Amino acid sequence: MRVPLSWLRDFAPFAGDPADLAATLDDLGLVVEETERVGEGLEDVVVARVEEITPIAGADKIRRVVVDAGDGPVEVVCGAWNFAVGDLVPLAPVGAVLPGGFAIGRRKMKGVASNGMLCSGRELQLSDDGQGILVLNPGEGARPGQPFTEAMGIEPDVVFDIAVEANRPDAWSIAGVARDLAARLGLPFAIPEVDRSAAPGAAAGAGVGESGPAGASVESLTSVRVEDLELCPRFTARVITGVVVGPSPNWLADRLRLAGMRAINNVVDASNYVMLELGQPTHPYDLDLLGGGGLLIRRAAAGETITTLDGVTRELGRPGPGLGDTGEDCLICDAEGTPVGIGGIMGGASSEIGSGTTRVLLETAYFDPMAIARTSKRLALRTEASARYERGCDPAGIDRAADRFCQLLALTAGRDAVVAPGTIDVRGDVPGPVELTVRTARVNELLGTGFIASEITSLLGPIGIAAVEVSSDGEADGGGVLAVTVPTFRPDIRPAAMGEADITEEVARTYGYARLPRRMPAWPQPGRLTAYQRDRRSLKEMLCGFGASEAWTTTFVSEFDQTMSGVAPPYIEVTNPLVEAERFLRTSMVPGLVRAVIYNTERRQGDLRLFEVGTVFHYPATPPLAGGDAPAAEMSERLCAVFCAVGDDAWTAVGAWRAVAEGLAIGDWDMAPAAGTPGAVLHGYRSAGLVSVGSTPPGGVGSATGATQFGVVGELDPFIVGSLGLLGRDGRPRRVGWLDLDIGVLLDRHQVPRRPELAQPISRFPSSDIDLAFAVDDDVSAITVERVLRRAGGEELESVELFDVFRGDVVGDGRRSLAYRLRFCSLDHTLNDAELAELRNRCIAAVETGGKATLR
Amino acid sequence: MSDAPDIQALVADAETAIAAARTTEDITRVTTQVAGKKSPLSEAHRSLGKLDPEARKQLGQRLHEARTTIDGLLDRRRAEIQLAEMQASMRSDLLDLSEFVPAPATATANSAAAATATTTTTVATTAPSLRGHLHLVSQTRDELEDVFVGMGFEVAEGPDIETDWYNFGALNIPPAHPARGMWDTFYLNLGAPETTLLRTHTSPVQIHLMEAAVADGDAGLPIHAVMPGRCYRRDTPDASHLPVFHQIEGLVVDKGISFADLAGTIEVFTSAYFGPDIHSRLRPAYFPFTEPSAEFEVTCTICRGSGCRTCSQTGWIELGGCGMVDPAVFDAVGIDNDQWTGYAFGFGIDRCAQMRHQIADMRALNENDIRFLRQF
Repeated sequence: MRVPLSWLRDFAPFAGDPADLAATLDDLGLVVEETERVGEGLEDVVVARVEEITPIAGADKIRRVVVDAGDGPVEVVCGAWNFAVGDLVPLAPVGAVLPGGFAIGRRKMKGVASNGMLCSGRELQLSDDGQGILVLNPGEGARPGQPFTEAMGIEPDVVFDIAVEANRPDAWSIAGVARDLAARLGLPFAIPEVDRSAAPGAAAGAGVGESGPAGASVESLTSVRVEDLELCPRFTARVITGVVVGPSPNWLADRLRLAGMRAINNVVDASNYVMLELGQPTHPYDLDLLGGGGLLIRRAAAGETITTLDGVTRELGRPGPGLGDTGEDCLICDAEGTPVGIGGIMGGASSEIGSGTTRVLLETAYFDPMAIARTSKRLALRTEASARYERGCDPAGIDRAADRFCQLLALTAGRDAVVAPGTIDVRGDVPGPVELTVRTARVNELLGTGFIASEITSLLGPIGIAAVEVSSDGEADGGGVLAVTVPTFRPDIRPAAMGEADITEEVARTYGYARLPRRMPAWPQPGRLTAYQRDRRSLKEMLCGFGASEAWTTTFVSEFDQTMSGVAPPYIEVTNPLVEAERFLRTSMVPGLVRAVIYNTERRQGDLRLFEVGTVFHYPATPPLAGGDAPAAEMSERLCAVFCAVGDDAWTAVGAWRAVAEGLAIGDWDMAPAAGTPGAVLHGYRSAGLVSVGSTPPGGVGSATGATQFGVVGELDPFIVGSLGLLGRDGRPRRVGWLDLDIGVLLDRHQVPRRPELAQPISRFPSSDIDLAFAVDDDVSAITVERVLRRAGGEELESVELFDVFRGDVVGDGRRSLAYRLRFCSLDHTLNDAELAELRNRCIAAVETGGKATLR
Repeated sequence: MSDAPDIQALVADAETAIAAARTTEDITRVTTQVAGKKSPLSEAHRSLGKLDPEARKQLGQRLHEARTTIDGLLDRRRAEIQLAEMQASMRSDLLDLSEFVPAPATATANSAAAATATTTTTVATTAPSLRGHLHLVSQTRDELEDVFVGMGFEVAEGPDIETDWYNFGALNIPPAHPARGMWDTFYLNLGAPETTLLRTHTSPVQIHLMEAAVADGDAGLPIHAVMPGRCYRRDTPDASHLPVFHQIEGLVVDKGISFADLAGTIEVFTSAYFGPDIHSRLRPAYFPFTEPSAEFEVTCTICRGSGCRTCSQTGWIELGGCGMVDPAVFDAVGIDNDQWTGYAFGFGIDRCAQMRHQIADMRALNENDIRFLRQF
């Protein structure tokens, strides 16, 4: 919100450096995002009257304009079209320097001399309006040649652009900002009362023109019926007759401009002015355009439509998909029931104030904030009014706002303008002041302070919150109890215990957060990472040790990506995606990591290894019940790595996995056949599932293990790799190593056991090696053989290592030779030949059991 | 017309030959044989010249159809053979990945394709030439976690997909509340509309923690935890915003915890993470789940407080939000407001990284350019 300092001064005598005021506002939570100085450097600008406008041959964007600037005609060339002969406009003559340092020189355009410049509000840095020339209100006696600042009553001013928090509707007004600021600075604050009994309408410009007894009462001029007092708990109407619609006074238009609004006409401007000043939106209707000459406020029927001021036809009365949307919309209708506006959000075009309006009906109302919020959200229609109403306007501020409107309109509404006596005021259940009890001790407990009750009272008073000490039990230890009355303009402050916290914030805010004490708390509980978190960090370090760098790829993927991942629909889908094509949550990190490889390959740096730790998402096997609130989505945290360096292939991935298994001290694991691995994404013949080994030892070679799969390792499918364009020099798909670990399972020591925690004794006796080579069927994995050896070797077997693999005619088709080196050792003696022979035989027998392997 | 070629037989012969092709070589040879310059088909074409115009037209038409048929058969068979050969080549690449021989440079290749070979060959070494790098976000997160662990916090985590209750309702943001506009939410196709979503902040983890803590009396209290994690907001990416980003949240629920403790914690953390000359300050703000609430700023890390463009000459940079846990939040999870008080704070991990390393465009963080990843 743009807040001119001069306007703030209507409410309290602010002085001093604007930078200090801005810092104070910041400290009050009214954060100043920008401080702008305006109205400076306008000394050279004068008022000029447009005398003549003529086209320039060969130019259709600019015209020749002759103005009278007090001492004879001045010829200028102007590109704006929003003024006419007789209008008063600002002229920057040759030699003038405008704010921002722009110097006006004599120029010639299309053969026409331009001896100065007619200025827009933006060029004068008075507003953001650069659309047209600033046209002065002619009714205020400005004369050609008069200094512009004098004619406009402009003095150098400062505009604070303040970000008002969503819970402070009261501060979304000039008066509200002034109240907080004055309280902090210890300055007197007052909203000037509008004298309703001031001069009658005949004396326009002298205040509120409320008619004498002869005037027709508001009830005789119009009618208001409110059918739904829940949506609209309070609705008031005033009527002003004899109105002449015209421009606003210059000072008023100027303030609107500074606040970022455009002046339109005296009626609309007065309404906007009141909203900016007091935070209360009002809506003026042309009474003569209202069917039946009155208003009916009701709930919109399902499917009812209205065309709003912006020309859009909107459907009302039906709940949208939004949570909590009941579809109840407040509709303002004329007395005949025809919609003329969406209550609190936007009016309709049919009853808009126009140049011919003479009788104005002014609506000043209180709408249910939640109702405004849901209607505004569903219609995606946010206005200055709706934004204020949904945060909660002050239901008790309505009369003051209506009075202020009448007072302002009277300034320019013409000599015949008369405010009809009385107000139509329809009320339902309007929120009143909140009363609550606040314990001084609680305030101090929350803030870590030592305030006494009277200090709190004096901090709250200036911001309009009355606090009276009702008991001083235990005052010695700060135990005074306060009865607090919260004004209706502070709907953010709640009753009871929550209100106590709200009041505590107000105490802290007015006192100053910077002045509050600080201390570093201490507690006896130690801080730490969980075992899972420590292991996850180790995992990442292991992958780094393997030459892989960590990537962060997208969570949002396309349907193509899901297909590439080999996962069938349904997928978890974002209903309001940022990019329509990427509306799915990834089921795999393959697309992301492969794309990252492609990205780097395109930059001639595709020789790399990448990994990522992140979540993948699967649509629940059992869909959640409608309205059920347990998220049934299946999520798993995974570590995925892609090995794409020169020479990398499935073996690289296996090597990485082996390093991880060793690093985590996973003693026993197994590989499942590639056919058992999920998803089409893997090379069917060069991948394997990674499974934990169940506690039951398998019988012999070839027997199945009862196990949990926690990952896959191998190569990506060359079809997929090729279709994505990752080709090697020979034009064939690159071999891309792939490792995918479900770390939720992998790091769970119950599902994937680790080596024992207890230290194992180390033998001090010499060891003996025995090499055994077996011809083993291709369908029995080398690791299975290794496990069988380990079990058969028992306690004396210190280590087993596969040291040679060999295929050939000698071995036979469908088999290969696997050679293992077994190292035996006893804890209490040196093994003799007989013992070694026995161990050797035991191992051979174990491997040969089942008939799938034979000693060579 | 006895010397007119028997087109039917000609097509049949070609079909037989094509079907018999088994390899790429076969199909190349068959192509020449049935559709090449010397094929019966081409011969027949050449013979057209000898015919009278009516017969030529008739026969020409039939020959054209025959060629189309034969070409189609060739194309289909060629594709089949290519697919089969690719699959065969994959099959012949068969590996038993458990035949891993750990000794580098002496490992043997053991593909079934080498079944006829009598010698073993070495495979490329799997030893990495360079060490990889942790992502900058991970490094930042780890360091932040370590700072907080050192201050006595545990580290807790929660799911990326949440319900409306955890992300909003329990945090004192009821449905249709205008404050929801503070977070642009991604909703999911699970359950009723807008009931399931990608969390917009890490705050739902607070709710999970507190619910768990009071599940068995107050046995799980006190809580001193930080909660790092990935969050999602429907913001168009730009130099300082990503729709997917990382936050770290802190929650303390204990007896006698005050705003002074919160301010002290933030000050200690700020200096510990950013350096001893970096300080913090609080100013009032609004968050539905804390009361009193504050935004916290830290000394600008660029100018060290003297004022520069980055901090708009203020010397301060906004980092996050914090406050005392709102009584409504304690009510929602069933913690007694009179016995316990608590504070919470939260800020962006990515933003910390951006500030400290002066990263001009946040989008570099998930572009995955190895030149960027290797810098940290």
